[in-house]
Amino acid sequence: MPKVLGTETEFGITVRNQPSFNPVLASSTVINSYAGEQAKIQWSFDEESPGRDARGFGFDDSLPSEIETGLVNVVLTNGARLYVDHAHPEFSTPECIDPLEAARYDKAGEFVMARAVARAQERLAAGERMMIHKNNSDGKGNSYGAHENYLLGRDVPFGDIVRHFTGFLVSRQVFTGSGKVGAENGRPAVDFQITQRADFFEEEVGLETTLKRPIINTRDEPHADSAKYRRLHVIIGDATRSEVQTFLKLGSAALILDALEDGALPEPLLLADPVNAVWGVSHDPTLRQTIELIDGRTLTALEAQWQYFEWATKYVNESGALEAYGEVLSTWEAILTDLERDPRSTADRLDWTAKLQLLEGYRERDGLEWDDAKLRLLDLQYHDVDPRRGLYDRLAAAGRMERLFTDDEIWSAVADPPEGTRAYFRGRCVAKFREALVAANWDSLVFDIGEDALKRVPMMEPRRGSRDRVGDLLDRSDTPAALLRALGGEDG
Amino acid sequence: MAEQERKQSRSAESKDEAAETVDDAAVQGEEITERIDDLLEEIDSVLEENAEEFVKNYVQKGGE
Repeated sequence: MPKVLGTETEFGITVRNQPSFNPVLASSTVINSYAGEQAKIQWSFDEESPGRDARGFGFDDSLPSEIETGLVNVVLTNGARLYVDHAHPEFSTPECIDPLEAARYDKAGEFVMARAVARAQERLAAGERMMIHKNNSDGKGNSYGAHENYLLGRDVPFGDIVRHFTGFLVSRQVFTGSGKVGAENGRPAVDFQITQRADFFEEEVGLETTLKRPIINTRDEPHADSAKYRRLHVIIGDATRSEVQTFLKLGSAALILDALEDGALPEPLLLADPVNAVWGVSHDPTLRQTIELIDGRTLTALEAQWQYFEWATKYVNESGALEAYGEVLSTWEAILTDLERDPRSTADRLDWTAKLQLLEGYRERDGLEWDDAKLRLLDLQYHDVDPRRGLYDRLAAAGRMERLFTDDEIWSAVADPPEGTRAYFRGRCVAKFREALVAANWDSLVFDIGEDALKRVPMMEPRRGSRDRVGDLLDRSDTPAALLRALGGEDG
Repeated sequence: MAEQERKQSRSAESKDEAAETVDDAAVQGEEITERIDDLLEEIDSVLEENAEEFVKNYVQKGGE
């Protein structure tokens, strides 16, 4: 069954010409500026447990809790969460019903940030300029995340996920990277590499996200009925700006996980040294680097991806899931074919090849060496979310990036929730009953309707709360009290 | 489609296309260079000033 999915992105933030720059303060300014004067709804942490481990180890109380950093928090009318995480503004998409929708809401996050930074700018002193980047590294050894979340059945053994998914995640870097000048975090020097994130991965499996980052993250915090579901928290991807790339990143992973869940993947590709392979693949933009398997075979990342593609195609054909995944398969095949022929031919669809084309253009025209600051500037500015300055946006405006969505479609994702998940209920309630909402969470809403006790509406089923199920009821209810009465009679 | 069949059809396709691709690539190469020069000029006009200073000061805290 197609996976409920979503993304969480931490954005880079900086203010030019501000000696007192404090990233936490700046991030708070961004979020508060976006929220404006509208009442803020408290994020409730009752059901959150980032320290729970999917391997069954229980809790580790020493782990940093999201609670400390959740002070500035906004729940948006599209069902998304906009907040300050550590020292970054973060946008978590609402729960989406398919990868195309998730890619659109991921892009909506960039629009939200662009609007937020423009408003925050008005609060700054003359000469100061705030910038927000959708990237994952400052080039100096500091990384921040772009996480993907996929809802899986609880009955999928975690060991199977590790065995089947590790090789997929390592090899998919050829189309998930957004490109980076140089290497960091103690990795061998390189002029340019495919991904922002590879240098920061040091373990195969683990619970950490801020240090010793693992290829497979074991955080077991489903934000849903934990007896039925797990949420696979994928932390190894890059934040991507290309719409095609975001769609392929999410769609191929959702499809492989779907096949895995249905037991449709044959023997896994088991890597001899997954962590080294992550670095090796990322550090070779010519795509010739081979990956060693434990059975002694070697293959390139592209060859591994062709293998996953064949398995996925077979699964789609046999399970009749063509409607859900046809577009994913055709995009996947086209990208692999073009990468194989000439990676430069994907510069209209992939961030890393688009960025590399710009860097090579400047190197040639201006005779720049790879260590020239101008190339690092181009690398950073590719990710600026301000459409007047972001180099991705300049490429897109020049018709050089393939688009999947119109700006209008993205603006509607900024305003309105997806219709197929509980995000619909959350977003509509925020829009219609904001005054009565005192707290919100992924899996509940808490209302104050003027009675003694607050009313909590649990939403433990991510596919419920959809427009089909609650649309009429929300339309009919003129007050939050009426909504709650009506909900009492129906299983939303 | 069976796995084997798809592999064959893919390699057959890529052989057919191979010859065309070489010519196309040469023509495309020239066009791309021309168009990228225009693009670089446009980017020159939006690129942050003082690259060295900007890159040096761009320091983020780790996250996640």
